[in-house]
Amino acid sequence: MEKIIQHLQGAFDVKAVKKQRNDLYFVTVGKDQAIPAVTYLRDAEGFSHLVMITVADWMEKGVFELNYIVHNYQLHADISICTNIDREEATMHSAHHLWEQAWTYQRELKEMYGIEFPGSPRVDESFNLEGWDNIPPMRREFDTLKYANETFFPRPGRVSHDPATYMKQKLYPNE
Amino acid sequence: MSNSNNHKLLIKTDRSSYPQPDESGKLQVDLDSGKYVKVWHGPNHPGVTGNMSLELTLCGDEVVEAKTHVGYLHRGFEKIFERRTWMQCFPTVVRMCVPEPDSNEYNLAASMEELSNVEVPEYAQWMRTLVLEMARISNLLRLLPAHGGTMGLGLGVQWGVYLRDLILDRFEELTGARIYHMYIIPGGVRGKMPDGFKKRLISNLDDIDDFLIRLKRLVIDNAVFKKRSIGTGYINPSWVDKYGIVGPNARAAGYKRDVRKDNPYLIYDQLDFEPYVDNEAASDIFSRTWVRFMDLKYGVEMIRQILDKMPNDGEILGKIPNALNWKIPTGQTYVRSESSRGEYGFFAVADGSEYPRRINLRGPSYTHAIALLEKLLVNANISDVSAIMVSLATCPPEIER
Repeated sequence: MEKIIQHLQGAFDVKAVKKQRNDLYFVTVGKDQAIPAVTYLRDAEGFSHLVMITVADWMEKGVFELNYIVHNYQLHADISICTNIDREEATMHSAHHLWEQAWTYQRELKEMYGIEFPGSPRVDESFNLEGWDNIPPMRREFDTLKYANETFFPRPGRVSHDPATYMKQKLYPNE
Repeated sequence: MSNSNNHKLLIKTDRSSYPQPDESGKLQVDLDSGKYVKVWHGPNHPGVTGNMSLELTLCGDEVVEAKTHVGYLHRGFEKIFERRTWMQCFPTVVRMCVPEPDSNEYNLAASMEELSNVEVPEYAQWMRTLVLEMARISNLLRLLPAHGGTMGLGLGVQWGVYLRDLILDRFEELTGARIYHMYIIPGGVRGKMPDGFKKRLISNLDDIDDFLIRLKRLVIDNAVFKKRSIGTGYINPSWVDKYGIVGPNARAAGYKRDVRKDNPYLIYDQLDFEPYVDNEAASDIFSRTWVRFMDLKYGVEMIRQILDKMPNDGEILGKIPNALNWKIPTGQTYVRSESSRGEYGFFAVADGSEYPRRINLRGPSYTHAIALLEKLLVNANISDVSAIMVSLATCPPEIER
């Protein structure tokens, strides 16, 4: 694995490398180098299996950290190519030409985080949220409780109780 | 034709009245021509596994276009995780896959342990392996006969549900719960084997051995099942990496893919087993059924092996911080295990607080039931849609989360 990481460092502008386990490395590159790096790993280093495309929202830093996790079945090892993209203008190059299932991940990331993947098939079709008209809900600024209170409450006839107080009143009304 | 070898019916049919492919291989479907019918297969349909639907465009009784629609069971779990402490995620995480929740427990526990450097005692590791293998066979007891069920062979499903209930009895005895066990916790497991558990479990395994003999006669050797399943739903082996196909679906296509062997975890490296691979790569419904049949057979043998080899007693919980105020150092990892449907992984990110920054599930159905299924259904007969979908072991909750 060390050799592959060296090859990556030689071919791309690698900003950081983190060895999580002997069989798992996180390699951070710039936005424009992420897809070429993933392509290189697939075509030249045998990382033929796309495990997943995922994202972590670092709102306080103003970035989304995208992760392309790929697996090598000969080495039984994973490399995650990470790249940070601006939260406010979240756009990333598409990887749909590399693996057939990549567009599904990108479609979900568009819906849940609002990340654009120009050219990705069916990226604008709703995935889980049919008819959603709010901000993408997995962004950290989306307040689930506030949304639920505004959307679903108050409903006529529906009352919320503190369970402990309510049960005490029901079971021991004279105490 | 895009899937020219996919389905038997193409051999005998005059294709001139069917839509023709364009330069990119995509079928040209003009919905205004009056030749096509749109059918929604699900979300409430006996042939659909869970709350999912397939938007099918039919030309006669042949599917010319298919789209998977999910979201009927979306519960926002991954958002909820960000507002729960790590330990509070356990009651929720198991619900991401109803029939086989234990892989979720293991993956979350293993992520937390890796990021916090927590050691798990040996006895607890054996118990975890036992529970994961029990979960595998309990899911296969439901899933394997369903291959026949999609073609009208309901009896095997009833037998399977009965035997699955026996395994759920053991789960209830061991964990207190039948479906959502929450038995595997960070640092170890919640309890030891009750008195007499081993004997009762072995008796259940003997019942499953008997069931396998009967199921083979009922489903695998059945002439109708063979006629309908051989050659149907063919996955070209060259698609395995292209579509991210894992587990039994990949092994039916001739690829030896099993996380327990490839990246051994827990005590799998101490067990003597070899996952079944269809070396002829028949890769159709029949082949996938046979692979799962062998998985169930080997799963039963593996549980016997675990019971033979595991220590009689030991520590069940390692040293862990205060569970209610467990702050995990900043870091991220990807942890995987082998579920009965293939690679099942968690991407977990910690930010130093007691709340997860991100937990993202990678379930096998995410690729099998969308990109792959949409491809496989083109040119399939509508009566085979359920059979193809079930043969991929689709589990919609893990797609929607």
